[in-house]
Amino acid sequence: MITAAAAGQPVLELTGIGKDFGAIRALHGIDMRVSPGEVVGLMGDNGAGKSTLVKIIAGNFPANHGEIRFEGNAVHFYRPIDARAVGIEVVYQDLALADNLTAAANVFLGRELKWKFGPFAFLDHKAMAARALELFGELRSETRPQHLVKQMSGGQRQAVAIARTRLSNAKLVMMDEPTAAISVRQVEQVLSLIHRLKEQGVAVMLISHRMPYVFAVCDRVIVLRRGEKRADKPIRDTSPEEVTALITGAKEAA
Amino acid sequence: MSVPIESPVSYSNVGITRWWQRSVFASQTAYVTLALLLLLVVMHFASPYFFTEGNMQNVAKNFSFIAIATLGVTFVIITGGIDLSVGSMMCFSAMVTSMVMSGLSTPDMPGASLFVHLAADGKTVLANMPGLIMLVSVLAGLIAALIVGLINGFCIAVLGLSPFVTTLGMLSIVRGLAYVVSNGRGSFPGGPDAEYFYGLTSGTLFGMPAPFIYLVVLALVMAMVLHHTAFGRHVFALGGNEKAAELTGIPVVRVKIQVYVICALAAGLQGIIISGWLGSAPANMATSYELNVIAAAVIGGANLAGGIGGPLGAIVGCVLLEVIRNGLVLAQVNSYWQQTLVGVIIILAVLVDRIRSRMI
Repeated sequence: MITAAAAGQPVLELTGIGKDFGAIRALHGIDMRVSPGEVVGLMGDNGAGKSTLVKIIAGNFPANHGEIRFEGNAVHFYRPIDARAVGIEVVYQDLALADNLTAAANVFLGRELKWKFGPFAFLDHKAMAARALELFGELRSETRPQHLVKQMSGGQRQAVAIARTRLSNAKLVMMDEPTAAISVRQVEQVLSLIHRLKEQGVAVMLISHRMPYVFAVCDRVIVLRRGEKRADKPIRDTSPEEVTALITGAKEAA
Repeated sequence: MSVPIESPVSYSNVGITRWWQRSVFASQTAYVTLALLLLLVVMHFASPYFFTEGNMQNVAKNFSFIAIATLGVTFVIITGGIDLSVGSMMCFSAMVTSMVMSGLSTPDMPGASLFVHLAADGKTVLANMPGLIMLVSVLAGLIAALIVGLINGFCIAVLGLSPFVTTLGMLSIVRGLAYVVSNGRGSFPGGPDAEYFYGLTSGTLFGMPAPFIYLVVLALVMAMVLHHTAFGRHVFALGGNEKAAELTGIPVVRVKIQVYVICALAAGLQGIIISGWLGSAPANMATSYELNVIAAAVIGGANLAGGIGGPLGAIVGCVLLEVIRNGLVLAQVNSYWQQTLVGVIIILAVLVDRIRSRMI
């Protein structure tokens, strides 16, 4: 297992990140580091600032204070595409899949492979299906490239959404409540998909409310409360009870 | 596969999608095609005139008169939009074309000196190669459609207005413009190139009605574009999940504008062809054709919620409407029943699709 200490340079490093919406301070003085191959759980109650933090890292809007370093370089994101360009991908809660298209088409949506014939460019169906199959294989998912997403289970949909992040060789994948809308047995698949990403040296940030899953898959847990970081510790040094206390404010910091 | 699957995660709740649940077989288009074939068999036994060459030519010609516009509107419907302005657009394009054609053929009209001049005996003589006037006037008609399509697309994609409202407004605007420019009278394609024009719009090519040939070519191009280009895939993605399309970096605004322009151009071309068949472009031409066109697309399997549709469905829908119309005439049924029957078929087609998708 790669730990933060052994991996050396962190893939993502936030220093003093703050965000104000008018007079409301949504985030204040957030410092955090995520290393390659590390799975970090980001927890906090509604309104604690999780989604604001994710949106800042994903480039939906810029922070008012602080600095983001990605692989050692200071970065400034103005649009999501800027974040994607350096290797940050987000798997959205609703997965952002087009139901009426096949798995392969969804993986390659917006980044289609083409072959040229004079001035015309046509889709390279074969190459896309082959690459998608390869990606599903890496994720050890039985998802078939030519099947419609409409007819897939929640777990398979997750595989499609995650395969999309592998396509671009993302270095940091943020997953927003990936277990929200799926059955218990499919959660197993999602957790194993996260393990696959970890094996390949991808850093994963898991944003979730579900304590058991966070403890099952994460190396480290970060707790936000009222826009501030209240805890940042290895999962083996903490317990669900302590994290719950931190989230609710029964315990101030750890 | 390059990566071996160790301990594949298996799950029993996921079946393999069988071939009959996939692609063409699982679509409304397939069922409507089946219904159409059935209807053709019934017609064959009901009327000895139905399968005669003359009647078939008639059917082919008549459905081609709305099918090209249906192809265009299918693009829009796949993205989850709607274009109600196609009927008005047909009229407007046709009117621009015939006005430009007769204008350029009259020696003392502005710009006409480039194309014709008066000979010593008072006759109009071509100053240029034959067919040029027709080409320029058809282009003028299509450019008029293009501009209207761009405005539709701009209002819907950039300003974020609802497609229904925007194109409903455009229906009225364009129809009004057609009345204004013609002063309510209509115009006629005239001049030395009129013969070419009539030949290419209502004549026959290789023994088949010319509009039918255009339709087949355009439908093939459309199938290619929809299924084998990135643009086509983005059109489907937009109809399937617009938010996902945006998040994955598809140029949503551009694709939307493009589909409305394609739709307007198809309607414009359709109008020009119809005016060749009518021999004129009256100001009330193609009134309420948008309903026929949208009905044909929907019967053929295009889903108004977006994400589903194709050229085959568009054509099958048009053929079905025309066969019913033709059949009612041959069966000597009061032709006023046609409209009622079309409405019933629209609802039936959508109903059958709904029942079928619940069963799977």
